[in-house]
Amino acid sequence: MSETNGTILSVRDLKTYFQTEDGIVKAVDGISFELAKGETLGIVGESGSGKSVANLSVMRLIPEPPGKIVDGEIMFHDIDVRALSIDEVRKIRGKRIAMIFQDPMTSLNPFLRISTQLMEVTRLHLGHSKAEAYAHGVNMLQMVGIPDPESRMNGYPHELSGGMRQRVMIAMALSCDPELLIADEPTTALDVTIQAQILELIKDLKSRLGTSVILITHDLGVVAGMTDKIIVMYAGKVFEQAPTAELFATPANPYTKGLLKSVPDPVHEEGTELYQIPGLPPDVAHLPPGCPFAPRCARAEDICHREFPPFVQINANHHSLCHFAKEVYAESVQEDLQNV
Amino acid sequence: MTENTEPARGTSLWRDAWKRLLKNKLAVFGMIVLVLMVIAVAIGPAIIRWTTGFTYDFIPPTSDLVKSFPPSLEHPMGTDEQGRDLLARVLQGGRISLAVGLISTIVSLLIGVSYGATAGYLGGKIDNFMMRIVDIIYSIPYILIVIVLLSVFGGPNTFGWITWLSEKFGGAGNAGMSQIFLLFFALGIVSWLTMARVVRGQVLSLKNQDFVMAARATGVSTPAIIFRHLVPNTLGPVIVYATLTVPSVMLSEAFLSFLGIGVQPPYASWGSLCADGVKNLAIFPWQLIFPGVTMALTLFSLNFLGDGLRDALDPQTRKF
Repeated sequence: MSETNGTILSVRDLKTYFQTEDGIVKAVDGISFELAKGETLGIVGESGSGKSVANLSVMRLIPEPPGKIVDGEIMFHDIDVRALSIDEVRKIRGKRIAMIFQDPMTSLNPFLRISTQLMEVTRLHLGHSKAEAYAHGVNMLQMVGIPDPESRMNGYPHELSGGMRQRVMIAMALSCDPELLIADEPTTALDVTIQAQILELIKDLKSRLGTSVILITHDLGVVAGMTDKIIVMYAGKVFEQAPTAELFATPANPYTKGLLKSVPDPVHEEGTELYQIPGLPPDVAHLPPGCPFAPRCARAEDICHREFPPFVQINANHHSLCHFAKEVYAESVQEDLQNV
Repeated sequence: MTENTEPARGTSLWRDAWKRLLKNKLAVFGMIVLVLMVIAVAIGPAIIRWTTGFTYDFIPPTSDLVKSFPPSLEHPMGTDEQGRDLLARVLQGGRISLAVGLISTIVSLLIGVSYGATAGYLGGKIDNFMMRIVDIIYSIPYILIVIVLLSVFGGPNTFGWITWLSEKFGGAGNAGMSQIFLLFFALGIVSWLTMARVVRGQVLSLKNQDFVMAARATGVSTPAIIFRHLVPNTLGPVIVYATLTVPSVMLSEAFLSFLGIGVQPPYASWGSLCADGVKNLAIFPWQLIFPGVTMALTLFSLNFLGDGLRDALDPQTRKF
């Protein structure tokens, strides 16, 4: 595929709020990121951090009401996604931006044959005839590594295992050769061996087809080997943004450090108890005035409880939302040097 | 890749349901009776005319005062008060009764499923508004609506398209046949309310499932999501409810014909035959017994089949 590094998706200051009985929930509150062609972006965060909502917003799939994109800019190439009519958005969905979901057991329609579901996409977007769509579907199943695709084509979802269904979902998502694939926790519902296979498949297809990928997960282990850069989200905000290697080596945010410490390390920590960040993710409807992470943060000081932290630039590609970003970064650099 | 030519079709949920249905003896009995009944009313009148020359409206020329005879070899179900062969009339009436049951149910199915699915999927204010309309229609006795429809638009005042339909498919464009076709629609129009509620409830529980989101994410339009992705998933309860709607519609038709505002002579339905029979019950009991038993048997079978289908399609709700 071509080597051009043009930006295909740029999100600026996106705010998606939900109107609930409990008040306004700022599920996504001013996040920005960019994605270049062929690049893989990891979005990491705990449940409720807004990572899924951010991506549903990109595809304009937020249920409205109660949800609403209140502010910000979503540019897909030079298309302003927020300004599109629903019909225009539909032409992008599935064709140029595709999505796969967390639970493959429920994301296929149990009443329709695999063929019906695979053919629907290409007939809709590529104008395939029945025969063309069928042949294309068989090819796609072959491509995602489903054995005996001809007979699987006529089967029903309940005849496939979870991993196979996720492969079918990937086949469906990629059948119109989209420029961007959003994978929303694609392996969370699968067991570990299948997880690795599915991730390998996504990686392989991505490099073959030159698709850009946004990988949403709560598992840092998943993004480590897959992504070029990572966004860490907490309470609807971007807490840290950095190239993958740099984020793992020298995090500049206490929250990221906490997340990294919570990943089990079988070599170094045998016998010790696994670290976990104290407390629970905050209620996004009632955030404290200062830093949303302050109540759980070990190094929080007075200012953290009083003032919202700045988005500090560490270097060209590395940003961190923390009053002490530079200090945390310096510590990480020290630790990294000691480890090496 | 040389011998295996037939690609596996996959076991659908339907095949499992069919197996469960076949294990239910009452449901199988109901199915057999219904199949026989349909065959009988479909070809029976032609056979009778061919063998004996009797038809449902053939009045034998006779000067006898009493024209109604008890069952005999010539007339297995006897004759009615004008001397017409009762078997021919019961079979002909069965055509109309079964057609009313079937066509009215289809009409109610079309309205109820699309209305309920649309309301359930769109949700919010639209759903609220649509379901309040259903509540309002519910609160009016349905038989009243049918009576008003039949008496205002019945007979010669009927719609052009109903006359056209009755000419095209009923074989005659006269007032009697138009009345029967009007009956199909009138009963269908009042029978969709529960269907709409059933489907709406199903769609409400289905629409938050991931496969709907996945379909939206691939750019499928709202009508396609409703009718291609959601409606097939509601078919189980819909089929069950439809099989139970058929007998209730047939009963309503019988009731209306009994009152004299349903099927008009010379056409007969089981309901109108029963109405005629009741008048002469003390003297000519066979005039009530035969159409009554035939109709009861059919309704029983439909209910057995409906219950069996419910058990087969929705095994979780099965009660022992």
